[in-house]
Amino acid sequence: METKSETAALPRIDGTPQTRSKFKKWREKEGSAYLFLAPYLLLFFIFIVLPVIFAVGLSFTSFNAIQMPKFMGLKNYIDLFMRDSVFMQYVLPNTLKFSLIVGPISYILSFLLAWMLAQIQRGPRTVLALLIYSPSLTMGVAMAVVWKTIFSGDPTGYINSLLIRNGFITQPIQWLQSPEYLLPIMMVVTIWSSMGIGFLAMLAGVLNINSEMYEAGYIDGISNRFQEIVHITIPSMKPQMLFGAVMAVVNTFQAGLIGVQLSGTNPTPSYAGQLIVNHIEDYGFIRYEMGYASAISTVLLLVIWLCSKIVWKMFAEKE
Amino acid sequence: MASFQGTKMNPSRFHISQLKFYLILAPLSVFMVMPIIFIFSHSLKPMDELFAFPPRFFVQNPTMDNFRFLLSTFTVSGIPVSRYIFNSVVITVVTVFATIYISAAAGYAFSKKNFKLKNTLFSINTLALMFVPVAVSIPRYFLVVKLGLINDFSVNILPLLAMPVGLFLLKQFIDQIPNELIEAAQIDGANDFTIFRKIIIPMTMPAIATIAILAFQLSWNSIEPATLYVNDEELKNFAYYMSTFTATNNEVAGQGISAAAALIMFIPNLLIFIFMQSRVMNTMAHSGLK
Repeated sequence: METKSETAALPRIDGTPQTRSKFKKWREKEGSAYLFLAPYLLLFFIFIVLPVIFAVGLSFTSFNAIQMPKFMGLKNYIDLFMRDSVFMQYVLPNTLKFSLIVGPISYILSFLLAWMLAQIQRGPRTVLALLIYSPSLTMGVAMAVVWKTIFSGDPTGYINSLLIRNGFITQPIQWLQSPEYLLPIMMVVTIWSSMGIGFLAMLAGVLNINSEMYEAGYIDGISNRFQEIVHITIPSMKPQMLFGAVMAVVNTFQAGLIGVQLSGTNPTPSYAGQLIVNHIEDYGFIRYEMGYASAISTVLLLVIWLCSKIVWKMFAEKE
Repeated sequence: MASFQGTKMNPSRFHISQLKFYLILAPLSVFMVMPIIFIFSHSLKPMDELFAFPPRFFVQNPTMDNFRFLLSTFTVSGIPVSRYIFNSVVITVVTVFATIYISAAAGYAFSKKNFKLKNTLFSINTLALMFVPVAVSIPRYFLVVKLGLINDFSVNILPLLAMPVGLFLLKQFIDQIPNELIEAAQIDGANDFTIFRKIIIPMTMPAIATIAILAFQLSWNSIEPATLYVNDEELKNFAYYMSTFTATNNEVAGQGISAAAALIMFIPNLLIFIFMQSRVMNTMAHSGLK
């Protein structure tokens, strides 16, 4: 088939032979690379690049999923920051509080745990690392069941019965339905299940540091563990630290669904556990204001990108 | 060496100075694993222990009733629960193998081939490490509609296949394979596919094991496709069935069954990780972002 098309195309129109041979050259040089890339690039484009482009596009429109999107300029963004009182009063503060607490704590914790694990023997290390990693294996769905049982609002719930028997409270507390407890519980649950791939990367990073680095450091006058971490450990595993940090940012912003799973409703009771992710779902799939929801999505993607930029600045290797 | 007082990483034997780490790590690990022990124990409890007051953490008379009940249940629409499990298994197996193949092929191209857009495309992929699928579920939904994939079984699989972290880890790992090896194979007359099959795949097994775990977790636990793109109950997966539990069941009797379901969700994750963990650590050493 190839030869046929070649003979057909070559002599006909002037100009074609040249572009033709250019294409041939390209195919010889880069064709096989694209052959290997094609499936990935295609799926990447359809399910990641296109949705992001569409989200940005839709964010400038009003769209209810039935009529054609109507161009509105920046109206959605202005509404989001000027008019949406739920967003300004609950969603934004909740998201800030949630991510500023969960992100750094889970990140620092995974570094410290990795650092400590690296200093014990291989056998026990593997077992302990597995135990610490195990909660992040199931990511949310299955685990929400456990938390719902433990924090159940009736007196037979585990926490409630423990507190009642020891005389701390007399009435059972509606943990997952009361505004003051929902967000902290979400934070605990998220931190608990956050020792994932970033944690493993950092563990591998600490283990891979050449032990001569430490000896040299002590000759150069390092005198305690803290200096050692700051001057040797972290600088020697910067790439892993950065990978872990990016994963921590992504996981923190992605974790939003846990509030809805725990409380069983979207919006969460008095918007107490409402994070940006839930706000998107609320507008997109419950109210069908897709243009507005896309504006929120765009803001979320920008925030994640900005946070990652910041950690990038902190850990990127300066050459 | 004897005078060296600093940190000893990866020690080969126990020393009293390690005790402090054990004292912190051991209780913490117990705390971390507690909820998982809880599902184990809860899923084995008979009815009267589920209702017991005060509630007990550990089961006294273990029984398989909850599992038996779960596996013989039909949903409102007449679908047996085993159907969801079957779907999950098929979806996950296909996703894992397809993800491995697709990412390994792309990783090979990014690592060992030269093409103009190489750096651009790879930095786009690195940027996509920060991609959060939930943020774009709306445009994704419309794309799936346009592609005619609504209610198609493949929609459970296709959106999960392009995994930026997977490609990233594989590419970093393939970078370790010396170019001379590939050149030698080329001189011996091996074509691209032979090199890919006979050299790249066998030599990247640790990274592939890691991708397998990640793809497994992603697919086994995913509820997005079943919730948004599939209306037909027969085509939904077990994670979705599980999520309907958390939305509705809050009475005590359902807890044992929920725990049994949670355990069915959890065990395969655990097994595949234990089975492959040493390879994972090997891959993660190359996970650095520069």
